[in-house]
Amino acid sequence: MIISIASGKGGTGKTTIATNLAFSLKTDTILLDCDVEEPNAHLFLNPKFEKTEVVYTPVPKIDAQKCTLCGKCAEICRFNSIAVLQGTVLTFPELCHSCGGCVAVCSEKAVFETKRELGTIETGYSEHIRFVHGRIRIGEAMAPPLIRRVKDYIDKTKINIIDAPPGTSCPVITAMKNTDFVLLVTEPTPFGLHDLILAIEAVKIFNIPCGLVINRSDMGDNRVKDYAKDSNIPILMEIPFERKIAEIYSKGELIASAMPEFKEKFLDLYRDISEIVQRSKKGCEN
Amino acid sequence: MRELVVLSGKGGTGKTSLAAAFASFAKDKILCDADVDAADLHLLTNPDIKQKNDFKGGGIAVINPDKCNGCGICRQLCRFDAVKENYEVDKTECEGCGVCVDFCPEKAIDFPIKKCGEWYISDTRFGKMVHARLGIAEENSGKLVALVRQEAKKLAENNSFDLIITDGPPGIGCPVIASISGASAILIVAEPTVSGLHDLERVADLASHFNISGMICINKYDLNIEKTLEIEEAGKKKNMSVVGKIPFDPIFTKAMICGKTICEYDNKSETANAVKAVWEKIISSPDMNSKGILDFNNIIK
Repeated sequence: MIISIASGKGGTGKTTIATNLAFSLKTDTILLDCDVEEPNAHLFLNPKFEKTEVVYTPVPKIDAQKCTLCGKCAEICRFNSIAVLQGTVLTFPELCHSCGGCVAVCSEKAVFETKRELGTIETGYSEHIRFVHGRIRIGEAMAPPLIRRVKDYIDKTKINIIDAPPGTSCPVITAMKNTDFVLLVTEPTPFGLHDLILAIEAVKIFNIPCGLVINRSDMGDNRVKDYAKDSNIPILMEIPFERKIAEIYSKGELIASAMPEFKEKFLDLYRDISEIVQRSKKGCEN
Repeated sequence: MRELVVLSGKGGTGKTSLAAAFASFAKDKILCDADVDAADLHLLTNPDIKQKNDFKGGGIAVINPDKCNGCGICRQLCRFDAVKENYEVDKTECEGCGVCVDFCPEKAIDFPIKKCGEWYISDTRFGKMVHARLGIAEENSGKLVALVRQEAKKLAENNSFDLIITDGPPGIGCPVIASISGASAILIVAEPTVSGLHDLERVADLASHFNISGMICINKYDLNIEKTLEIEEAGKKKNMSVVGKIPFDPIFTKAMICGKTICEYDNKSETANAVKAVWEKIISSPDMNSKGILDFNNIIK
């Protein structure tokens, strides 16, 4: 089972839901924090990290001895990361998407690859939870390759919970791709609704079943609920606004730990998700 | 040209609500929404779109089944596993590198440049605004951010304005990098939570990596006074001044529901005054004036 937790708008409570859900489940669970730009899940689960791995992506370098300045490498590069100027080849590794076109096109074998650091992946445990997160290097622009590497830690025999980044562009798409269920966390405000609609459009691309958590459910208006009803998206959980919850969060504590009645609610949430996933799998077989 | 970019690292800390409030105070400026991925500023400014333009990103590979003989070269070369066994391209995986296009011996792969979104110039009750909408699941958000900012700058120059207020995206990746290059200063809106502090430090590091000066505003500061103090400490370490603290106040949500800025909603509230004070500090800060020298004229006298 792979559940991704997304939202469109940031700050709606993705990490709260991901960490509390993982904490409440008693079985073997893997939490994968794919918000590699701003990973936060570790602040709530306090995992004991066992391993740090630096992740790289290949970028070109030119062997000036072999290079004939033919310019084919600059020509094939769609990302402007190679330029041939005044008898020399310049590379701009930060712009490189690691497609390998320059290496493939060079007939003199003058292009070889070195590497650019994307960031790090840290792995460890927090009680029954296997914890994995990626941290993008400061200044690195491309999140998707690092997100893919975090997702390599998915173990399909276990429950995998993916904390996705906000937005609706490539990083979120990379995080939610090939997951069994997308749990969308929103708030009942105009911003929350607007970005939720965009997030649902993104989920539709993959045809993954989805459901909604409405956080701070009594703080806005009814438009999110009306929208969910009209578009047939189940509301699986509502968390009313309580200053106490906001304060618990601010300290880095888990609500399911500080307010144990929430543990049951998260278990119910998981049960509802499993049922929807089972049903949709059966639907596909029929 | 002075440009303030409002950022946060963590989403949902109040970037857009504050940017809109600043827009209601400042005169002779252009408003710019650089959160092209999940743009929300228009929900508070109710723009009247005057000019609509297509945004074209990169190309994407499309294999013509009539010409393809299944030789497999594209599948071997594609590092993104975007070419499926049946020689169809998975659009969500294609990076747009075009390597398959160039190497296909049958010339069976097209590389159409696709429309990835739209950008707009609009009139609002706060003046002109440049904003955009990136298509769902599209790449190139950084390019669109750069474009929107460049158009805002042109518009400011044409109107002889010297101020741009830019609402930035969350995170520290591609769109954020594109939104801060060349800015006069960034304002980081932080909330006093463990994640707010963690994310603030990452954006602050990003700003210093690109040599951009920054200021910090703590929103919902009374939610956790201890964390507010930690943010103030972190600000000192990162050489960023805290330009204000705004209390936790549901009027942000109420104003948003009415499509108003908080000062339009309740101009006399303590929170509205706090926001105003933040703006005063920002606009008179050294970073926003004469390249870092607050009273330039006095100094040369």
